[in-house]
Amino acid sequence: MSAASEPVRARLSLGPIQYYWPRDKILGFYRSIESTPVDIVYLGETVCSKRRSLHLTDWIEIAERLQSAGKEVVLSTLALLEANSELGLVRKLCTNGSFAIEANDMSAVQMLAGKTDFIAGASLNIYNTRTLRKLIGMGLTRWVLPVELSKSVLAGFQEELSAGIESEVLAWGRLPLAYSARCYTARAHKVPKDACEYCCIDYPDGLMLATRDDEEFLIINGIQTQSAKVHNLIHELSSPISGIDIFRISPQSEHTEQVISLFDQVRRGVSDAIDASNNLEPLASAGLCNGYWHEEAGMASCGAAFGP
Amino acid sequence: MELVCPAGNLPSLKAAVDNGADAVYIGFRNETNARHFAGLNFDNKQIEQGLVYARSHGTKVYVAINTYPQPDNFAKWERAVDQAADYGVDALILADIGVMDYAAENWPELRLHLSVQASATSHEAIRFYAEQFGVKRAVIPRVLSVKQVESLVNNSPIPIEVFGFGSLCVMVEGRCYLSSYVTGQGPNTFGACSPASFVRWSEKGSKLETRLNGVLIDRVGIDEHAGYPTICKGRFEVNGEVGYAIEEPTSLNTLPILPELLRIGVAAIKIEGRQRSPAYVAKVTKVLRAAIDTCIRDPENFVPDQAWLARLTSLSEGAQTTLGAYQRDWQ
Repeated sequence: MSAASEPVRARLSLGPIQYYWPRDKILGFYRSIESTPVDIVYLGETVCSKRRSLHLTDWIEIAERLQSAGKEVVLSTLALLEANSELGLVRKLCTNGSFAIEANDMSAVQMLAGKTDFIAGASLNIYNTRTLRKLIGMGLTRWVLPVELSKSVLAGFQEELSAGIESEVLAWGRLPLAYSARCYTARAHKVPKDACEYCCIDYPDGLMLATRDDEEFLIINGIQTQSAKVHNLIHELSSPISGIDIFRISPQSEHTEQVISLFDQVRRGVSDAIDASNNLEPLASAGLCNGYWHEEAGMASCGAAFGP
Repeated sequence: MELVCPAGNLPSLKAAVDNGADAVYIGFRNETNARHFAGLNFDNKQIEQGLVYARSHGTKVYVAINTYPQPDNFAKWERAVDQAADYGVDALILADIGVMDYAAENWPELRLHLSVQASATSHEAIRFYAEQFGVKRAVIPRVLSVKQVESLVNNSPIPIEVFGFGSLCVMVEGRCYLSSYVTGQGPNTFGACSPASFVRWSEKGSKLETRLNGVLIDRVGIDEHAGYPTICKGRFEVNGEVGYAIEEPTSLNTLPILPELLRIGVAAIKIEGRQRSPAYVAKVTKVLRAAIDTCIRDPENFVPDQAWLARLTSLSEGAQTTLGAYQRDWQ
């Protein structure tokens, strides 16, 4: 409760939905987001271009409604591009003319550089200040840290960041760990990607991959592989020196509003981070992690809040 | 079509040169390259010797500086670029935008190739590096089908190099954190996947377990072969079934599609494997050399020789090979 009288600094964002949900679920989800205290909402399909519950016009409608509800809205591009048709989708997003773009691949950066300001997504490899400076010169205004970077690496970017560039970090959600040409959900169904029949729609929070000694290890999400553990940096909300401007929450099929609410309570100082984290823990079946932030293995849990 | 071969040390470099490599690629003995393994890579004296040997045989030497420096160690990557430039190597293979920016600014005459670690899979991404840093060739991730490679070659502003043989990364290179998630060390920052120091083999009853930093990657019978515990080649349980949920231990082999790669205009074929022995490099280089030469002479009637295929299979992970993403059914 110590920081109750401090001005609110950190902003909360909602990342793009990583999984394949039916159209009505997506529409309902964003309606419920309108009244949450999240400040920024990232929209769009970033994992698999075959997922088409919504068209671009639908996304724009959602974007406009969220904007009317006071949210800053950003459209996110696909992370892995293979076909020319996918480049076409990215180009359409980049030239939408109304909403900011989160570039998740260098193709999008190439389309935007020097023309439109952009946000660099976590799948762009920005590991050092020279890289960030170069991209700032092309219109980068905000970057989402690659998930494996730590708090002390972020501190090394101070000079660039003092110039008004915002740093955003995945603060709640499964870590996106890899992308592939192969669809592992389809593989689990013993069919190739071209015959997937959109089977990932049956797994609104991905498909669990466990080790043979029953440790919940990874999440299969089509061509993307995620951590089974949920990355949780809620404790950094009460740290004045975290260097994080924006805390990103990754949508899950249930309880996203509750997660947003808990993060908001901690940033406003009305809840203690440790209490909030205890309330969040049951929402992560495979447990929590924060190792990357503390320069450990990503799956590790570090700090007093995680117990001895 | 150029044949680009791996050299983890001087004997491997000589083996590649002697068996017909058009170019060899090497790395310094530190985390500035993506094969940062104990006892591997080149110190200054070895690089000088390697350059003399390669040049006397007309073989080019490329230096991979293809990992991602961070704010506190960027100078080490700058030094690697300066050193390679001082030696007058034929090209640098780079992944990081900052390192490319440094190289292009300080060594404008130096030829740059885009590393597979830069994860560029479209002609727009490649155009970015060509326009910004004058990159002259791009090595592409192992995620595109042959048809997609063809389209990329046709639209790319610079020539394309593809992987032709060797261990298979099934995840997009440069964007895979599986190793760092489990161990804290991965390809992007440390230059190694599933580092050996985290590997434990242990007998449990009648089984042999392989673990990576405590995570069970595979469990085999005592008399079965236990593969190296790379996470993507492990056996796991998904939907109640145990199996190779991501990929089996296997190697990429493109001999069956060599005429296709030639026809669509791929500029170079790369063999993976700087961590492999000189004998391995010699054998694989020899087969690929013979296959490429035969294919160029008569692409219409090219059929891979059974002896070549048998030799490559015997050198492959799990003694099996795949066309990987080149073949859509694999995806």
